[in-house]
Amino acid sequence: MSRARLFVLRLVVTAMLATLVGRLWFLQVVSGDEYVRAAADVRIRTVALPPTRGQILDVAGRPLVTNRTRPVVTVDAVALAHQPDGGREVLTRLGEVLGRPYRQIAEKVRLCAPQVRQPCWQGSPYEPIPVAEGVTVPVALQISERQQDFPGVRTDLRPVRVHPGGAAAAHTLGYVQGAKGRDGLEGVYDRELAGRAGRRDVAVDNTGQVTRIIRQDPPVPGNTLVTSIDSRIQAIAEQALGRALTSSGGSSGAAVVLESGTGRVVALAGRPAYDPGVWTDGVTAREYKALPLLSQAVQGEWAPGSTWKVASAAAAVTSGYGLGATYDCPSGYTVGNRVFRNFGSADLGLMTMHGALVQSCDTIFYRLADQLWQRGSDALQKTARGFGFGRPTGVDLPGEAAGAVPDPASKKALWRATRAESCRRAEKGYPEMADQGRAAYLTAIARENCRGGGVWRGGDAANFSIGQGGVLVTPLQLARAYAAIANGGTLHSPRVGLRVVRPDGSTVRTITPPVAGRLPATAETLRFIRQALTQVPRSGTAEGAFKGFPFGKIAVAGKTGTAESFGHRDTSWFASFAPDPAYTVVVVLSEGGRGAEGAAPAARDIWEGILGLRERR
Amino acid sequence: MIAVSGRRRVVWAPSLGAPDRVLTLLALALSATGLLLVWSATRMQDDNGLLVRQAVAVGGGLVLMWLVSRVDLRVLRAYVPLAYVLTLLSLAAVLSPLGVRVNGAHSWIVLAPGVQFQPSEFAKVALALAFAVPLGELRDGQHRPGFGGVLLALVLAAVPIGLIALQPDLGTMLVFAAMVAGALLVSGAPKRWLLVLVLGAVGAGAAAWRLGLVRPYQLERLLVLANPGADPGGVGYNAAQARIAIGSGGLYGKGLFNGEQTAGHFVPEQHTDFIFTVAGEELGFAGAALIVLAVCALLWRGLSIARHSASPYGAVLAGAVVSWIAFQTFVNVGMTVGLMPIVGVPLPFVSYGGSATVAGLLAVGLLQAVHRTKSMQP
Repeated sequence: MSRARLFVLRLVVTAMLATLVGRLWFLQVVSGDEYVRAAADVRIRTVALPPTRGQILDVAGRPLVTNRTRPVVTVDAVALAHQPDGGREVLTRLGEVLGRPYRQIAEKVRLCAPQVRQPCWQGSPYEPIPVAEGVTVPVALQISERQQDFPGVRTDLRPVRVHPGGAAAAHTLGYVQGAKGRDGLEGVYDRELAGRAGRRDVAVDNTGQVTRIIRQDPPVPGNTLVTSIDSRIQAIAEQALGRALTSSGGSSGAAVVLESGTGRVVALAGRPAYDPGVWTDGVTAREYKALPLLSQAVQGEWAPGSTWKVASAAAAVTSGYGLGATYDCPSGYTVGNRVFRNFGSADLGLMTMHGALVQSCDTIFYRLADQLWQRGSDALQKTARGFGFGRPTGVDLPGEAAGAVPDPASKKALWRATRAESCRRAEKGYPEMADQGRAAYLTAIARENCRGGGVWRGGDAANFSIGQGGVLVTPLQLARAYAAIANGGTLHSPRVGLRVVRPDGSTVRTITPPVAGRLPATAETLRFIRQALTQVPRSGTAEGAFKGFPFGKIAVAGKTGTAESFGHRDTSWFASFAPDPAYTVVVVLSEGGRGAEGAAPAARDIWEGILGLRERR
Repeated sequence: MIAVSGRRRVVWAPSLGAPDRVLTLLALALSATGLLLVWSATRMQDDNGLLVRQAVAVGGGLVLMWLVSRVDLRVLRAYVPLAYVLTLLSLAAVLSPLGVRVNGAHSWIVLAPGVQFQPSEFAKVALALAFAVPLGELRDGQHRPGFGGVLLALVLAAVPIGLIALQPDLGTMLVFAAMVAGALLVSGAPKRWLLVLVLGAVGAGAAAWRLGLVRPYQLERLLVLANPGADPGGVGYNAAQARIAIGSGGLYGKGLFNGEQTAGHFVPEQHTDFIFTVAGEELGFAGAALIVLAVCALLWRGLSIARHSASPYGAVLAGAVVSWIAFQTFVNVGMTVGLMPIVGVPLPFVSYGGSATVAGLLAVGLLQAVHRTKSMQP
């Protein structure tokens, strides 16, 4: 034994323990804050508390979109990971209860990572992962009452969007995916409807079990959107449109009801439509592709046909033609070397502009357009744009189409853009086309367009004047133009939203349709046009459709339109308005035939519905 | 009190000096702290079963400590061969079907349902006593052990180390190695022997590495030490959670029974090998450092006892005990603060574990016996 050796041992022992104390100082005092944060990360989890999304109501406060809670089965990935078999047994048992294979549930629960293929859970592993939504209450009870058999599996109530009107106004209302409003009003007013998510910080143990709530910030529910839609009239419009499409054999269509004086939207119906309930259960990629998501009322574009003549008549007035002057309405009018015929080649004789509108004479407008073209006037286009055509109305709905108001410049541009294709077709023809006559016709046109073209001619002007030849409008554009005629000339940017209301009922803001312009027509001209259109359903082109209509109760005025569509049946239009209730009703039936036969009866259905006459049928 | 029966009749009590009260107080304080920390670590459990068991172990250990401290070293010396043989037998029994496998190692023997003991802990006591025989019992005129003594000491150590390697229990093997080194150092064995021992250890380590004897999990533990963030969900989990718990304690801790990491069970094996994390989190640097300092003071007392030992035997015995407790404390606390790889050794006096607690208190009893034995001359 040696004292020196003992001293060495003492030194060694002291050094070792001093090292520990030094290390403790570094861990606990020098970098203690860092570990306090790390400890919080381990121990505290933040759970997002979803807010209740605001409702969408109709003008009378009836719900168009509301919420309902449904049982949803969720899985806690952390808890599963702590099970000896990674949760396989629990998920298999869950699959038996839900009637789904284990694999399908496991795919939903696995966390996304670079080497994991879809499907997988993209969210946080600490969030409950929904594996089945909309399960029946017995299934939910089976799981929640046998918690010992389903560790890590929970049943929650989750709000889902409910549409009491079914498919009615589906496009207008839009849908919600992943708490985010998509399309329609849900998309446009998403910020108001969504509310603000709350958060809850919870302390958890090493298995992810919550031991206590540390902090809670409750969610703020979303505001309610009150719309100007009248769900009663909406339902009437939907029914009328559906019936008309069935009876006319049309392929698609739309019905628009506006408040003429304000530009508020009362009803917007479009076909084909879908039941927004599909979003609740989740849509596969294939189902999604097949869904008719296009809102025909604001995104559908068709040639307006004779409904366009109100703009052409106004253009005539601004170009110096008298409304009361007498015009000849022969069966045909020759522009250049081509004869443009009246509908049915009828020779209607002499008439004023009143008669031209009531009986929808084409040849008067052909001559007018030809003469204006010869004068180099662009009054037709200018007036059409003044009626709000060729640009979006600015309605509070997404994806609105602009329509088209063709003019010499646009024709030239189109010709330039398509010339190469025309020349190719001129040479090769249309060998893929079964209809030989049609192929030959198209080849001839292609040959002509290849040689030269793009020049705006009298024929183009003539077609333009009767709402053909490349003119395209959306049903909403036509409706607001007619509403402007009805209200004395004010063109509104239509609005579906009426008020944003807090959950406590107080108003956040009132939405007023802004004025987008004034019609390029004097009050006198508009009065004249209104008078002419008043005659259309009584003694004009829509007389048959409106036979027996109680004009004494409501003086409906309107205009039929039958637009040719190359390769398709005619597009059927009816645009109408009344002084009281001051509504404008526009119906379009794609491939619906003549306006007087397809759309006009549908519009009459809607008017009678508004009056309460439809109930008797 | 105790009837000593045997071939020799020894008069023991009258020749004993006064006990080292500081040593006793330190052992009591550390044991009491251990009970509090075990209580805190197991407070989320439904019953206090573990706490009660540990309290029983501490009580039993204190009684044994007291008894051993009253035995003359020469009496103890007489029982060394028996203790050594019993140790070897029990270590062998662990490997037989009598042994129980816990965490991948055969370390336990079940005596009765609910009563099991860990022979490797008692082996430390027996080994300390046994080393001291060839290293401390010098022939007249000898000042240091000769070649034969050192060789015998190494052989005495090698057999239990080999048995423990079969369990396998890396931590206990390292503790034994530290005890051998400490005993040799204190005994005054020639420096070249110490050098040979160091070289031998390095060589053995290298050979084990080259021959693939190092198990993958042991390798992982070493790698995790080098880079604790490498695998926080797997092997690094223990290390990372232990450091978070200790680090978040700060200077004064969150208060006993107030540790949030402890309440959340984030540190595995927290009442046993990771008990120090409870101290770190709940008592902070102040409390944790105090525990280390208490151990340090206890070891200093042990070294003083070695220095003033009446016999080389007592000095070597005390040196071996001090090396054991020092090394085990360093490894245990070191692994919780990220200085050492995770090898399963308990914190002396503090960790939950009956065998370890009793063995630790027995070791203090041995130090007292050395302290109180005035002379080895019969």
